[in-house]
Amino acid sequence: MTAIVKDREFAHADHSDAGKTPLGFWIYLMSDCVLFASIFAGFVVLRDNLNGGPAGRELFDLSFVAVETGLLLVSSLTYGMAMIAANAGNLRTVFVWLALTFLCGFGFVSMEVHEFGKLIAEGAGPDRSGFLSGFFTLVGTHGLHVTSGLVWMGVMFVQLALRGLTAVNRTRLLLLSLFWHFLDIVWIGVFSIVYLMGAA
Amino acid sequence: MTKPVDKHEFEDGHAFEDTGSGHVTVKSYLVGFVLSVILTAVPFWLVMTHAAPAGVLIPAIIAVGVVQIGVHLKCFLHMDRSASQIWNNAAFVFAAIIVGILIVGSLWIMYHLNMNMMPGMMPVE
Amino acid sequence: MNESFLFGKLTLDAIPFHEPIIMGAVGGMVLAGLAVVGALTYFKAWKLLWDEWLTSVDHKKIGIMYIILALVMLLRGFADALMMRSQQAIASAGAAGYLPPEHFDQVFTAHGVIMIFFMAMPFVIGLMNIVMPLQIGARDVAFPYLNSLSFWLTAAGAMLVNISLAIGEFAHAGWLAYPPLSELPFSPGVGVDYYIWALQISGIGTLLTGVNFITTILKMRAPGMKLMHMPIFTWTTLCANMLIVAAFPILTVTLAMLGLDRYFGMHFFTHDGGGNPMMYVNLIWAWGHPEVYILVIPCFGIYSEVVATFSGKSLFGYKSMVYATMCITVLSFIVWLHHFFTMGSGAKVNAFFGITTMIISIPTGVKIFNWLFTMYRGRVRLEVPVLWTIGFIITFAIGGMTGVLMAVPPADFVLHNSLFLIAHFHNAIIGGVVFGVMAGFSYWFPKATGFKLDPFLGKVSFWSWFIGFYIAFMPIYALGLMGMTRRLAHVDNPVWHAYLIVAAVGAVIIGVGIAATVLQVVLSIVRRDKLKDTTGDPWNGRTLEWATSSPPAFYNFANVPVVKGIDAFWTMKQEGKAPKLEPSYAKIHMPKNTGTGFIIGILSIGLGFALTWHIWWMAAGAFLAMVGMTIWHSFDEHRDWFVPSETVARTEALHFGVKAPEVVQ
Repeated sequence: MTAIVKDREFAHADHSDAGKTPLGFWIYLMSDCVLFASIFAGFVVLRDNLNGGPAGRELFDLSFVAVETGLLLVSSLTYGMAMIAANAGNLRTVFVWLALTFLCGFGFVSMEVHEFGKLIAEGAGPDRSGFLSGFFTLVGTHGLHVTSGLVWMGVMFVQLALRGLTAVNRTRLLLLSLFWHFLDIVWIGVFSIVYLMGAA
Repeated sequence: MTKPVDKHEFEDGHAFEDTGSGHVTVKSYLVGFVLSVILTAVPFWLVMTHAAPAGVLIPAIIAVGVVQIGVHLKCFLHMDRSASQIWNNAAFVFAAIIVGILIVGSLWIMYHLNMNMMPGMMPVE
Repeated sequence: MNESFLFGKLTLDAIPFHEPIIMGAVGGMVLAGLAVVGALTYFKAWKLLWDEWLTSVDHKKIGIMYIILALVMLLRGFADALMMRSQQAIASAGAAGYLPPEHFDQVFTAHGVIMIFFMAMPFVIGLMNIVMPLQIGARDVAFPYLNSLSFWLTAAGAMLVNISLAIGEFAHAGWLAYPPLSELPFSPGVGVDYYIWALQISGIGTLLTGVNFITTILKMRAPGMKLMHMPIFTWTTLCANMLIVAAFPILTVTLAMLGLDRYFGMHFFTHDGGGNPMMYVNLIWAWGHPEVYILVIPCFGIYSEVVATFSGKSLFGYKSMVYATMCITVLSFIVWLHHFFTMGSGAKVNAFFGITTMIISIPTGVKIFNWLFTMYRGRVRLEVPVLWTIGFIITFAIGGMTGVLMAVPPADFVLHNSLFLIAHFHNAIIGGVVFGVMAGFSYWFPKATGFKLDPFLGKVSFWSWFIGFYIAFMPIYALGLMGMTRRLAHVDNPVWHAYLIVAAVGAVIIGVGIAATVLQVVLSIVRRDKLKDTTGDPWNGRTLEWATSSPPAFYNFANVPVVKGIDAFWTMKQEGKAPKLEPSYAKIHMPKNTGTGFIIGILSIGLGFALTWHIWWMAAGAFLAMVGMTIWHSFDEHRDWFVPSETVARTEALHFGVKAPEVVQ
């Protein structure tokens, strides 16, 4: 009983500043937007600097990219379902949806690593031209974000398993969902500007 | 062990609603998912089948991309005009302005720079 | 280059034993460090240091540590300035001077980097830390642990710059490290790598501060305090942190791209392989211009507080001041090309940015008039903070006008990279930022420490800086108009010699000012009982920071104040509702201290050092340890505690008990 009282006081004290953490995280995401915008600006400026190397339309396999995109979109849906399960207080279902999300994200990163490996093996590595430096950096930065999202999700599993759907863990689930959906939005920019316009 | 605490807190109210994330429903996710699949498929289809001339293609990709970003913001990130979200929205607008200035400004500057300093290397128009 | 697995590029040759000046400086730093260690051991203060400072998440203590860092780095940066001024004074008469060119290049690079990133930024952020939460009636910032982490990352960056003095070299490519000079073929040494990692690490700290402070201001204001009730310094803090959040990612990306060029042979800014060095210039100034405003906008806030307090009046045109600040915040993002008019984007682009640059001077002009009208018919008390403010208004007006002059692109083509530019931005930064932080330092010092600074030495410091500035930089304006360019280790024109000697004399006078500040702090600590501030309100202040004791209790406010308008504390005093001893207090919810921020900061020094020297195992280890620490910290959910009501009551009684006799009289 005392534990409950204590925890409620704790939650209340935190609650008087309701929404601090999500707002702070949102502001961080906005700064991440600017980070990606800078890389996009750099990429677009260097897009035609091929240095005699291959151009996008010779390198990109659009159906491969379409599958990657599909994985990210499905992972957004599954994360959404995890959030709804969390709202319903159903920890087991949260685990299932989160695991699916993790698998999609892991599949995406694996595909990207495969694509990078293939390009480098073909002699189209990041040091080949200004265009490819921009390509690897932009796509790679997004990939690193997804990877850190996966690490975070792994930590989330442990925290959920240890402590259940506590107020703190709910906030963390919310933050990770913001992060995950945000990366989806960045990917819209990536496939539109890098892959589609590159192949058009 | 932790179960009673959780239960209690959960009955306490909708933790997600007052954290500035708006409403969360299965429907919003499903609608968002279907729309974003369509909005992804359309530009991929346009490019892969060469269904449109290049002059139309680029603006079309950009337009569909912007719409899709809007869908994601609405359905996945649950942005809306509720009072609890005012600062999220303000931050978003500010970031959007900065992103626009940065990208458009950089392209404008670098395009004119290339035109002035390396006229021989500009693509023929 | 041979790299060993264990030490990367690092060998014993990296320590410049053959350079007497550097070894002297390093020796001095080592001795100072040993003295500190010795004193800590002698006074058995290690535990106190750890418990009360290194692990502290108290915004006031973090603010004090930021300012100590800034003052130490001011000494280092100013030593560089003296070396440059004396080298140019000696080496313009045909002599070679005492600094070889490659050393001179490192000196001017280090001077710029240190003064902007590790003096001005920590000073401004330190003042924000101490003052802003108090001004909005909060008990701490939104994310206290992040605040501690921010500080330690900033300190780690500063540490890396200083390590570069002893081990290896610092960059010699100028404070913004323009490529292609900063690219591997032209800077093969470790200097630019030190530069990159020092700025990346401290930049992350700054970004986190931005997120933290914006959230604090938006979410943690005292009940009743609407946005338009916030003190101007809080407003300017908000705007500066919006700029931080929007601008620092651009710096991160730009330096990361330079790093990718250097470490992975990419072609972002190389002049071959499809790179474009001009894009670096474009991107770095897209951060760099907002950065100028990140520094000066909070100082505008400081002047506003000082002017209102010491004139005994509300600030003239509060709303226009707020709107002017907002205008500057947005406009500061559309002027960046004026730093590179000469790059060749053509008349249309130059005209656009020239005009926006002139426009941004308008809201700044509005502010000048607001300060003047606040003083007009006020009872201005000429205390030290006011002297700095008046000195600022005069100096900054001149600096602003030379800036508008250079906003005219054709004029800029003549003045670009000349000493006229150097004089202009020192005029703006010394007149605007240094005078501002010094005003804030003397104004809020009693709040942070509990005793005032000695006013006489404060005046000595002000007059030395003020006079020294004009003697140092007016000749530099003239030299710029005569055609002398910046960053010259050595010139042969005899006509310039006299001007350079005068400038060196000016630098020495500024040095007297800095010495006076150091002496002032030491002397005031010695005589702290005499200078004690028992009331918590030594200047008859207007805003909430003065409603607490000096220094404030760690929980700031025993009862969170309720606010009804601007100048909240002034209104309370008028209505006789200033805080007084209450019969009982509620318990207070506060964050616990944590050493995580400090440990991650130390690890980041290791990471930066390892990356600089290509010691890959160490870099991987440090990085994994940092990630591990972060995850470990996330499992600690008991980061808060409640201050018992008895503790609050005892602390408050102590504060008011000291005051009691005065009340009786």
